[in-house]
Amino acid sequence: MAFRRIILGQVGRVGERSMSSWWRNVQPAAKDPILGVTEAFLADPSPDKVNVGVGAYRDDNGKPVVLECVREAERRIAGNLSMEYLPMGGSAKMVEETLRLAYGENSDLIKDKRIAAIQSLSGTGACRIFAEFQRRFCPDSQIYIPVPTWANHHNIWRDAHVPQRTFHYYHPESRGLDFASMMDDIKSAPNGSFFLLHACAHNPTGVDPSEEQWREISYQFKVKGHFPFFDMAYQGFASGDPERDAKSIRIFLEDGHLIGCAQSYAKNMGLYGQRVGCLSVVCEDEKQAVAVKSQLQQLARPMYSNPPTHGALIVSTVLGDPNLKKLWLKEVKGMADRIIGARIALRQNLEKLGSSLSWKHITNQIGMFCYSGLTPEQVDRLTNEFHIYMTRNGRISMAGVTTGNVGYLANAIHEVSKSA
Amino acid sequence: MASDHGDSVFANVVRAPEDPILGVTVAYNKDPSPKKLNLGVGAYRTEEGKPLVLNVVRRAEQMLVNDTSRVKEYLPIVGLAEFNKLSAKLIFGVDSPAIQENRVTTVQCLSGTGSLRVGAEFLARHYHEHTIYIPQPTWGNHPKVFTIAGLSVKTYRYYSPETRGLDFQGLLDDLNAAPSGAIVLLHACAHNPTGVDPTPEQWEQIRQLMRSKGLLPFFDSAYQGFASGSLDEDAQSVRMFVSDGGECLVAQSYAKNMGMYGERVGALSIVCKSADVAVRVESQLKLVIRSMYSNPPIHGASIVAAILKDSHMYHEWTVELKAMADRIISMRQKLFDALQARGTPGDWSHIIKQIGMFTFTGLNAQQVAFMTKEYHIYMTSDGRISMAGLSSQTVSLLADAIHAAVSAVV
Repeated sequence: MAFRRIILGQVGRVGERSMSSWWRNVQPAAKDPILGVTEAFLADPSPDKVNVGVGAYRDDNGKPVVLECVREAERRIAGNLSMEYLPMGGSAKMVEETLRLAYGENSDLIKDKRIAAIQSLSGTGACRIFAEFQRRFCPDSQIYIPVPTWANHHNIWRDAHVPQRTFHYYHPESRGLDFASMMDDIKSAPNGSFFLLHACAHNPTGVDPSEEQWREISYQFKVKGHFPFFDMAYQGFASGDPERDAKSIRIFLEDGHLIGCAQSYAKNMGLYGQRVGCLSVVCEDEKQAVAVKSQLQQLARPMYSNPPTHGALIVSTVLGDPNLKKLWLKEVKGMADRIIGARIALRQNLEKLGSSLSWKHITNQIGMFCYSGLTPEQVDRLTNEFHIYMTRNGRISMAGVTTGNVGYLANAIHEVSKSA
Repeated sequence: MASDHGDSVFANVVRAPEDPILGVTVAYNKDPSPKKLNLGVGAYRTEEGKPLVLNVVRRAEQMLVNDTSRVKEYLPIVGLAEFNKLSAKLIFGVDSPAIQENRVTTVQCLSGTGSLRVGAEFLARHYHEHTIYIPQPTWGNHPKVFTIAGLSVKTYRYYSPETRGLDFQGLLDDLNAAPSGAIVLLHACAHNPTGVDPTPEQWEQIRQLMRSKGLLPFFDSAYQGFASGSLDEDAQSVRMFVSDGGECLVAQSYAKNMGMYGERVGALSIVCKSADVAVRVESQLKLVIRSMYSNPPIHGASIVAAILKDSHMYHEWTVELKAMADRIISMRQKLFDALQARGTPGDWSHIIKQIGMFTFTGLNAQQVAFMTKEYHIYMTSDGRISMAGLSSQTVSLLADAIHAAVSAVV
């Protein structure tokens, strides 16, 4: 062949420019603080090791779970449908079902077609597309992010070139919500600021505003004309009831806010690696929703063209079949209940060990994570002495706690914290 | 009941125009005519005009579904390791010294688009030159991807409308005039939209010129196996550049050659001078990916990996792939013959000279509009037709339409 002849004739010949790499100045990037934990866990040979790092659900044997409703959906899907490109906005069917979850089965906003929505690459992808949209159409805006928040939120808005500010959220002393400071920050932010809110099961703290507090926040947002962007990654996972977990959003909608919302099926349908989610933006009318959706698509096109089909098919199959949907709701409640049970067990174990510290927050907090209050140094001890892996901010993924390891975990926490 | 809602902060947002390529299918779907033809987006169709899921893909998918030990956990940020290794071998060759020397970092991305975007973002952050030269013409989405990533886009001459072939001298002159270190986008094979590829001898000249000027190659490989029917043959341009020990980027897509379109399966490889550099580069690629979508989708990559690693399935794949490529080649011949038979004015030999999924017909926007209006034939306004959308049944319709357009509209 012609090519082989040419290559053999030129073997070993390099261009005239220098031999060194273009990338010699590239620094090694810091490991991701969350995903790096699992990497370290996997590398640990200890038989006692416990992974309470990344927020992926585990059953009581510490095993990952594929929901029954998902398995059934996959059996129906496999071999039947083509793998054609989805539209840029993704699966219309999946998006429709997903909006009903967030906005309500009988939402007028849906009926009036006032919501611009596209399928997204899980929650991360939804946040990123929104951040880019915000940058493009409100170029002078910035985003207020709670302290603390999921670490990747900072990366997302930074890489979309949207400047960031923070607002008070977590109160370390009470291990609860710093409501007064939060309200101060909301009031003192310039009118029309963009705020990132966790709809339920705040990550990493597990601390959520009460319904009353949400109403006050919503009211103040109206006064200030702020834009509320909800990241809802745990609907169903917090209380076990998706309707209840969407309460914050529904309060804002009742008050007439035009919200933005990122939804993820990673945890509540266990579809982590499938990357299925939805980004929605509430508009004044249908015409505006059409315009906004078209612009969201324009941001998806140069990122990935169109979203992956398989995960979306699973979701629309499950949610589109009343029996499968019922099964899903049951399974979500099952997962949430197991976590609530793990919280109770961990707290009881610590109290039984005679810890002088208060561990009430373990059961006060909600969702997948518990913000233990442990310091980075204490976390390092947990890892080095007890082979327990969590992020250094002291966040414990309750999904990793089982009846098998809760005693060991409580004991280790007690050991490293008793002199505090 | 939300009766008094405030003004939207996005009230000034205007409706974006339809994507020029994907919009063709939107228009086609809206057309109520019983006799219509979609030659827009590059998705393979069978003789019956149906989409095709490869048998080997079906089998692999069924295997995965039946394996109840499989879970749906997050992939690592860089994706499925097995998939990455196999993808690198596929494009660079199983015996590639670059792979053996650990000088290649490969990350799973969302098909070709995603691979290009991740590569472009990496370059915008870590490379000293922020200009990328793209061929004139090129796939419509290329300039958007590079621009949004923060690179500045320039063009180099590529297609000659007079010859309907390669403007080789123009290409060399433009690359020669590029600043040292500039990035150059190269279509590995089956150039989209023109179907015009450099010959091996021309590729060698391009390589020498680029290396002497320190231009950085960024290959887009979306049609490996689809152009000639041979996976190795279609990878020669890339392998030629890697053989000389230099660096490059390669975006791979499995959308067409494995029919995985909607699953968004692809990979970005960066060939580096040393293993140490490759490790550092990979760590930075992870940062780009993490803030975009955290980690890639598992389904499609698992299917591809299952096929690539099993020698029987791999062989079965090559057979199905060659059949697709052969069908397209035969459509080219049929269309050419049909135009000859009608005595359609003009030289149509480019239809059989061009390669890959598309033919750059040379029809102008008015002629294209005429064909859509009168014959319900849909294509992009640059006159690009997807040969994969043609069948023996529809060739005569297309030939009639071209004949009419060329005769009636100038």
